[in-house]
Amino acid sequence: MRPVAVVGIGKTAFGAFPDRDLRSLAVEAGQKALENGHADASQVEAFYLGNFAGPSFVGQNHLAPYISSAIGINGVPATRFEAACASSGSAFFHAASAVAAGLYDVVLVAGVEKMTSQPTPKVTEILAGAGDLCGEVRAGATFPALFAMIARRHMYQYGTTREQLASVAVKNHQNGAKNPLAHMRKVITMEQALAGKPIAEPLTVYDCSLISDGAAAVLIVPLERASEFTDKPVRVLGVAQTSDNVALDEKDDITTFRAVKTSAEKAYKMAGVQASDIQFAEVHDCFTIAEIIAIEDLGFVPKGQGGPYSLAGGTCLNGERPVNTSGGLKSKGHPVGATGVGQICDVVQQIRGEAGERQLKRNTLGLAQNLGGSGATSVITILGAA
Amino acid sequence: MNDLGSGTVYTETVVYSPPEAYVNDVPYQLAIVELTGGRRVTGRVDGERAQIGDSVKFAEFRNNVAFFRKTITRQQS
Repeated sequence: MRPVAVVGIGKTAFGAFPDRDLRSLAVEAGQKALENGHADASQVEAFYLGNFAGPSFVGQNHLAPYISSAIGINGVPATRFEAACASSGSAFFHAASAVAAGLYDVVLVAGVEKMTSQPTPKVTEILAGAGDLCGEVRAGATFPALFAMIARRHMYQYGTTREQLASVAVKNHQNGAKNPLAHMRKVITMEQALAGKPIAEPLTVYDCSLISDGAAAVLIVPLERASEFTDKPVRVLGVAQTSDNVALDEKDDITTFRAVKTSAEKAYKMAGVQASDIQFAEVHDCFTIAEIIAIEDLGFVPKGQGGPYSLAGGTCLNGERPVNTSGGLKSKGHPVGATGVGQICDVVQQIRGEAGERQLKRNTLGLAQNLGGSGATSVITILGAA
Repeated sequence: MNDLGSGTVYTETVVYSPPEAYVNDVPYQLAIVELTGGRRVTGRVDGERAQIGDSVKFAEFRNNVAFFRKTITRQQS
């Protein structure tokens, strides 16, 4: 397998954009990634798209060639990947695997979602389609409800507290306030986070990520050709995707995501690193409890210690192991199909030293964790300075 | 439909922000119940709210959804 490098990144702002359609967002991100990688659309040999529910949110199907042709990429394979909130992480995994295998040299990977054109109960229903419709969803489960049940069990087994959950939201808003592309650029206090409107007990509105529009894209090539495109290549050291049951009631232990653990083990092995080597990470904080479980499953802290570690500041910008310096899904926004590739863009930005006032000093080895549903798909990507 | 018997609450939540189909039901309690025998079922808890460890008894199916009722509060250790 050939080493692979990210040579171009491009993101739209994440937010609510009533005047923008799905395609224009994806095209903007794709063109920015090509420009950033000093490439022309005619050089692209394959287009991989991550999108969760374009057909439900906006009615459009056949999205990959619909978008790639508008970018000016024609005649090459253009394929959409759907893996709930891990859709573009999955697209990236398959694209990087194809480049590593020698199938293509120049590949554009994009992710997009246009969510805000639907009212919240409809969005909630579309998102619930990533769960088990014949079981938990029919009973009335929403994604906040599924993660609320995960949170309750984590609190029961490990003594995790409301304050520990809220500390994740407070920290991510602090970071997101400094990110010019973030959806909700405001700082929140612990008091506000604790007093939020209840969504599904014990989660309040401040424990939940945002409903957003947005797109992200990356250009990848074999490492040996990276210098043709950029003087700041970032190497894909490890990337792995694994799966697990969709329904929450089919999992033995809901306080951990088995797929996250197995994909992390594979990615660490591929990269030749250990959890303790990872300097910073973008993790999938679709809900505050998800970030706490992520840092446990990734091996950053022992099981059950995610809450205390977060409250103590271990994951802050100036903490021992910064997590979600972008603001995470909580503050940056969560256009679900764009999230996986968006996280990769954020990690690349840190490694290149382009993160502005959020820039870390220890920035040569970062990880992106993209979760689908309540853990049925997990994609882990480890990136390092080339 | 058969009687699911009794079980223990493995986890639960009370939902305030519903999907479109259940806007008239909120707030409602959703739970994963571990049935005697070990199988887990996601259903609703009617009446008194139940917490993790509480015993519940199957009441009925409504539109293929299992509804339970709390019977015994978990013994505090």
